[in-house]
Amino acid sequence: MSFSLANISILTLILVHAQKSLDVSNHSGKKTNGKTFSPWRKCESWRPLFAFLCLLFFSAKSRDASHNKLDSEVLPKVARMTVSGKRQTMGFDVPSTGENGVVVTATEAASKRPETPSKGSNGDEPMTGPTLSRSSGKARQAINIKAELEKRQGGKPLLNLVVIGHVDAGKSTLMGHLLYLLGNVNKRTMHKYEQESKKAGKASFAYAWVLDETGEERDRGVTMDVGMTKFETNSKVVTLMDAPGHKDFIPNMITGAAQADVAVLVVDASRGEFEAGFEAGGQTREHALLVRSLGVTQLAVAVNKMDQVNWQQERFQEIISKLGHFLKQAGFKESDVFYIPTSGLSGENLATRSSVSQLTSWYSGPSLLEQIDAFKAPQRSVDKPFRLCVSDVFKDQGSGFCVTGKIEAGYIQTGDKILAMPPNETCTVKGITLHDEALDWAAAGDHVSLTLTGMDIIKINMGCVFCDPKEPIRVCTRFRARVLIFNIEIPITQGFPVLLHYQTVSEPATIRKLISVLHKSSGEVLKKKPKCLSKGMNAIVEIQTQRPVSLELYKDYKELGRFMLRYVGSTIAAGVVTEIKE
Amino acid sequence: MKLLHKDIEKDNAGQVTLVPEEAEDMWHTYNLLQVGDSLRASTIRKVQTESPTGSVGSSRVRTTLTLCVETIDFDTQACQLRVKGTNIEENQYVKMGAYHTIELELNRKFTLAKKNWDSVVLDRIDQACDPTQRADVAAVVMQEGLANLVLVTPAMTLLRAKVEVTIPRKRKGSCTQHDKGLEKFYEAVMQAILRHINFDVVKCILVASPGYVKDQFTTYLFNEAVRQDNKILQENRPKFMLVHSSSGHKYSLKEVLSDPTVTNRLSDTKAAGEVKALEDFYKMLQHEPDRAFYGLAHVEKAAEALAVDTLLVSDKLFRHQDIPTRSRYVRLVDNVRDNGGTVRIFSSLHVSGEQLTQLSGVAAILRFPIADLSDAEDNSSSDED
Repeated sequence: MSFSLANISILTLILVHAQKSLDVSNHSGKKTNGKTFSPWRKCESWRPLFAFLCLLFFSAKSRDASHNKLDSEVLPKVARMTVSGKRQTMGFDVPSTGENGVVVTATEAASKRPETPSKGSNGDEPMTGPTLSRSSGKARQAINIKAELEKRQGGKPLLNLVVIGHVDAGKSTLMGHLLYLLGNVNKRTMHKYEQESKKAGKASFAYAWVLDETGEERDRGVTMDVGMTKFETNSKVVTLMDAPGHKDFIPNMITGAAQADVAVLVVDASRGEFEAGFEAGGQTREHALLVRSLGVTQLAVAVNKMDQVNWQQERFQEIISKLGHFLKQAGFKESDVFYIPTSGLSGENLATRSSVSQLTSWYSGPSLLEQIDAFKAPQRSVDKPFRLCVSDVFKDQGSGFCVTGKIEAGYIQTGDKILAMPPNETCTVKGITLHDEALDWAAAGDHVSLTLTGMDIIKINMGCVFCDPKEPIRVCTRFRARVLIFNIEIPITQGFPVLLHYQTVSEPATIRKLISVLHKSSGEVLKKKPKCLSKGMNAIVEIQTQRPVSLELYKDYKELGRFMLRYVGSTIAAGVVTEIKE
Repeated sequence: MKLLHKDIEKDNAGQVTLVPEEAEDMWHTYNLLQVGDSLRASTIRKVQTESPTGSVGSSRVRTTLTLCVETIDFDTQACQLRVKGTNIEENQYVKMGAYHTIELELNRKFTLAKKNWDSVVLDRIDQACDPTQRADVAAVVMQEGLANLVLVTPAMTLLRAKVEVTIPRKRKGSCTQHDKGLEKFYEAVMQAILRHINFDVVKCILVASPGYVKDQFTTYLFNEAVRQDNKILQENRPKFMLVHSSSGHKYSLKEVLSDPTVTNRLSDTKAAGEVKALEDFYKMLQHEPDRAFYGLAHVEKAAEALAVDTLLVSDKLFRHQDIPTRSRYVRLVDNVRDNGGTVRIFSSLHVSGEQLTQLSGVAAILRFPIADLSDAEDNSSSDED
């Protein structure tokens, strides 16, 4: 922590000014570092004061929950440090004397403080106190969050990555090995996994065990639910989501893919395996279509198990041409798709460029890690009202409960009041955790875990959306949407029962009316009130769900306006919400 | 259902005496009754007695009443039928024209008189009295966190229990919450099974799910049965059958019933037959759309052209409609039968019946294609919102 001389001088100035009224507040102080108070009250000389200040500077960065409310005002931390007697940090350096306007407001706030009595240390009781300066604090904080985000972006932007592909293509092994090479998994743990997997008879799954943690997944050797972890590359912090490949677990994969910005599609290069995954019943196609429909534009294709085909270039080219054709049809731009030969089990071409001569003779492109690094982080809509889709609910230690989800828009701070829809209840954010680190704020694009108080856990389940109380999300059972029908055998008629997958929600629904069929590219109405919809059609339909779902229109929020329709285990259509009926 | 007495004259008026024996017979009766029929049954009436001293007392008297039916209510969960109407026969306790609600009871005979007995209704009586189709199947469709327990009888699919629990997902480093949540879920489903399934009547218990939930669940179930020494479960172990389905929602029952292993075991359950018929319709719609029609107007046109091979109708259309609409449907059914087509009446309580109802309730597979009627229809029909 660097602390400029200018800061110290301002600090001392303010201290002098505020010292008198602080005696009052000291009485009510229930501080933990009591040792710092007594000398202060008794002496009036500067030396112990200075010592006290130095002590503060070097003390631990521990923060109270109670401080979080006061923490929201970054700039008056100069004054606040003296009021509470405890140092608070935001986990980053904010140049408090950087701009003039900032300093002015700092002194303003400082002068305000002595006026409000009993401003004690705990922020719990004096709701009046903080609220006085809170409104201005929030406005200031708004600027600050954006500035903070820029600062963080200037550092390493956050990227959400999902790994998809046909079952047994090697997704979990590939990622597990990559994490091991990056040092996220220590050698002892790896060794333990190796031993245990050998004992269980699944020696080749040792790396997959890094991500597949439940007993069931390890027993059967399949990923059943999305495994989440994080790692860092040279220029990005990546939240990794390892999706299951089985057809039955696609609903889980959809919740993971809905939160992702970019994807890695893993295909098996072995003879016969690639064909099996790529044909109509395999998941390669379905997964690629799903992620495209969910808004992912950048894709890296990892052609895995290349060591099984001896790193043959012809096989690689064959796969590329077939996939390329399909991906282009699916809507991926050729410039946004990259192909990388890899081997998950042996670790070639994962974190560093490969040294296998068979490969380097014809391949000189980037390794998988470098490719992930090269992805462009998408624009986050921090300006829009706050939206978070709940993907998990659980009870953690302490009061209240935790929800996990990705912030789709806006930003949030601890102490905020947020509204849950469809239950239509408000609660307060007690804490925010990002990648096992506690934070005070989070913005769009972060996959966070919020600790909430003030609400019953039973009301919240997967699929609820938390929003800004001033601009709540709408809840409905009937809505109109424009859908694109995939390759299906059974035509879609009125009253067709489907499963609606929206973000983290999957709700049974029926297609109430077939309103019109549109032309694929121009969008003009081809036929009104069609009898049925068959594959490849672009149509407007009215959908009714069994229970209310909170939705946004596509034109308001691109990420939140998409959904998928599934029937009998396969995806039949993808669509966007055009109108909410009721 | 037992048929005691049938007396129908040439002009199709007449009366029938029946004794309902099980819950399903209530459902059949519900479909037989129309507003305006007369129903005679034994019921309990609260009678005000005035004693000579002037004090009023009330007592409950069992008497036989004949009502002219006005309102009919059927409770699906309890399978209770309540009929409200005015008294049309002289009775020592009830005045003429007084209102009364009869709750039909099992194993008590009742007499139903109608002015017009059409083919559909007579069919239903035959079906109800047919002793062969008594197979009852219980099915549990589940996925992680959601389970639907249904009882499938020939005519009804009753949702007996629904278990919905939020199970925490696996997170980095800790799976215990997930496992604990799963255990609680299995426990709840097991309780539901023990409570709602009558193991004597049920022929087979299907457990269906995507993924491995069904295997995990059955292992849990039988382990618990051994641990708690639950004889019922252990004896009925061979009745349990594992099937694959795509989700835990109720309509996945359709897939379960059309699964070949299931159909082998439960050969010829009415429910399975209906599912198959609907599947055939959809296949026809896919391959030759001109041979598959739905919607009353289209199907009627096709019937006039003597083109209908198979007619699928939901029994909802025959229930409590005004006479002209109902007779329109009955005419359609008769028309198709006369021309050598087959008519399948779908029970609206079955999952396939629900789907057919959503699809306007009537659909037809034709013998030969009839060219596009749809354009003419579209222009004339108005745009509803």
